[in-house]
Amino acid sequence: MARLTTTILLAAALVTTAACSKKRPEVLPPAPGEAPASTGGTTGPNDGTVVPGSSEDFKRSVTSDTVNFALDQYDIDGTARGILDSQVGWLQRYPNVRVTIEGHADERGTREYNLALGDRRANAAKNYLVARGVSPTRITTISYGKERPLALGSDEESWAQNRRAVTVVLN
Amino acid sequence: MKRFALLAPLILAAPVIAQDVPPTPLVAPGAAPQARALPGQAGAAVAPAQAPGGPLEVDVTGGISAPMPIAIPFMPAAAIAQTAAGSTDALGRQLAEIVTNDLRNSGLFNPLPPAQLRTVMFPEVQAPTFDYWGGTGAQALVQGYIRANGDGTLTVGCYLFDVSAQTELMRQGFVVSPSDWRRAAHKCADMVYTRLTGEGPYFDSRVVYVSETGPKGNRIKRLSIMDQDGANHRFLTNGQSIVLTPRFSPNQQSIVYMSYLGRVPAIYVYEIGSGRQRLVVQNVATTFAPRFSPDGRWILFSMATGGNTDLYRVPAAGGTPQRLTNSPGIDTGGSYSPDGSRIVFESDRSGGQQLYVMNADGSNQQRISFGGGRYGTPAWSPRGDLIAFTRMSGGFRVGIMSPNGSGEKILTNSWHDEGPSWSPNGRVLIFYRSAQGRSGKADLWSVDLTGVNERRVPTPLDGSDPSWGPIRP
Repeated sequence: MARLTTTILLAAALVTTAACSKKRPEVLPPAPGEAPASTGGTTGPNDGTVVPGSSEDFKRSVTSDTVNFALDQYDIDGTARGILDSQVGWLQRYPNVRVTIEGHADERGTREYNLALGDRRANAAKNYLVARGVSPTRITTISYGKERPLALGSDEESWAQNRRAVTVVLN
Repeated sequence: MKRFALLAPLILAAPVIAQDVPPTPLVAPGAAPQARALPGQAGAAVAPAQAPGGPLEVDVTGGISAPMPIAIPFMPAAAIAQTAAGSTDALGRQLAEIVTNDLRNSGLFNPLPPAQLRTVMFPEVQAPTFDYWGGTGAQALVQGYIRANGDGTLTVGCYLFDVSAQTELMRQGFVVSPSDWRRAAHKCADMVYTRLTGEGPYFDSRVVYVSETGPKGNRIKRLSIMDQDGANHRFLTNGQSIVLTPRFSPNQQSIVYMSYLGRVPAIYVYEIGSGRQRLVVQNVATTFAPRFSPDGRWILFSMATGGNTDLYRVPAAGGTPQRLTNSPGIDTGGSYSPDGSRIVFESDRSGGQQLYVMNADGSNQQRISFGGGRYGTPAWSPRGDLIAFTRMSGGFRVGIMSPNGSGEKILTNSWHDEGPSWSPNGRVLIFYRSAQGRSGKADLWSVDLTGVNERRVPTPLDGSDPSWGPIRP
């Protein structure tokens, strides 16, 4: 849990290194013609190009942009609290940044119910951030139901990954 | 706009059919004097020629195990003529194939292959060679003809005969624009189906659904419309925004659906004639799960605010939403009874998704589903006697129960069947089936109330969220 403390997170953010062990592997290299600066590369020369307060800065600074949920549930558990606390820390450093929280469900639910469930999850994450002092006017929510799965398998592990709320910085 | 040009004939054709169907009995092919005399002769012959086994009819439940042999030979042309839909002799063959396909798909008929049947000459259309037909094993015979009219329209005549009694049972004629020629065949199949089963028609109807393609994590979804047999398929939206759960208006001139247009998920009405779309509820909250009321005056929908979802209704023309449910759980999937007096919906207020029925004003909410697992996506039958649903206990299956919750019957058995929608006569359900695994594939299927006649509905790409429209006017 020490890893999740605000102190360490702030330190990590200040040195803008990819220190978080929970981060997924970096994105694919940019396709020909794409502006490399906007993707925030992982190698030394590009580290300095990450704009403080940007979406890339957010992803590098917080424990994770994603919290997960149990089947049909939307409660914020201990792991999710740690992740959202790290997001609170970053959001307090950049009080003018707005975010949207995307709520998702796994494929083992009916379409319309999953839209409502995704909305519940996005709002559960939002409510936690607001309770920790982030202004509700900075946070919008959107539910994608089961329309945008992250993991593509039809198995428990994939479904667990897909039951999620993702905080996205609006640049 | 090209889209408008394509759609316009369909809209205009409806009144054409309504006005121009000749009264029964239809004027005979060629309108020869001796032909005119035939209906009277046939009528006089009915009683004495009645088959010993009683009137020719199909049992809609028992008929599934013993479908009625029926012959639908190619329909001759009054004269070979070129039309906007092709030559009349080619159309005559295709008309018979469409009728054959419709009747076979019902599961209640076993049509003989038209190409293997006797070539019916035009004068023979309403005076069948019964000796030949008796030898084919067919119990019923459908003969017809096609004629190109001077004003550019087509006339299709459709005659149903009892082969063993050697009598005519029914005849109808249809005048259609060339772009609607397939509808004449569906109307003919509906005539045969209703006359022999006693059930309502359903072949001359359309389906709106969501066409799908692309990888599972980023499916491209387009609003699409087609005839119930998959013909006349058109994409209505371009796939740039996710679209979900389209449903016809009762007059079939518009579709209510959900779109992520502008990344704000909300319900829209799509006007089929103009291609115009309008937002139904001006609100920052997410609106979804829309359905028209049977009189077309209201749109029932769900709205999620702050993590809570309730049912609302709003005038179809727009206006202020009225809240119908007020539970802390998720209330969604609302569907009106055909008389508009009640609503079936799903709610997880008890802990998991279950079905509830309430009055249309939101009063008297009663739970009706009590089996194991969860129940969602209720759809009230147009006949009023049944509610279709998705039952989730292990697999996702399509089932039916009465509006008071009794008589539950599961009709399908697959990994993930979801979202049933009723045929216009309340005898068949269309739903979508998702594939297990990484493909993300889904396709459309139909199943009848016996659960025996299950079949895939062809679509150009993958498909989901089908909604069966009413019988066309």
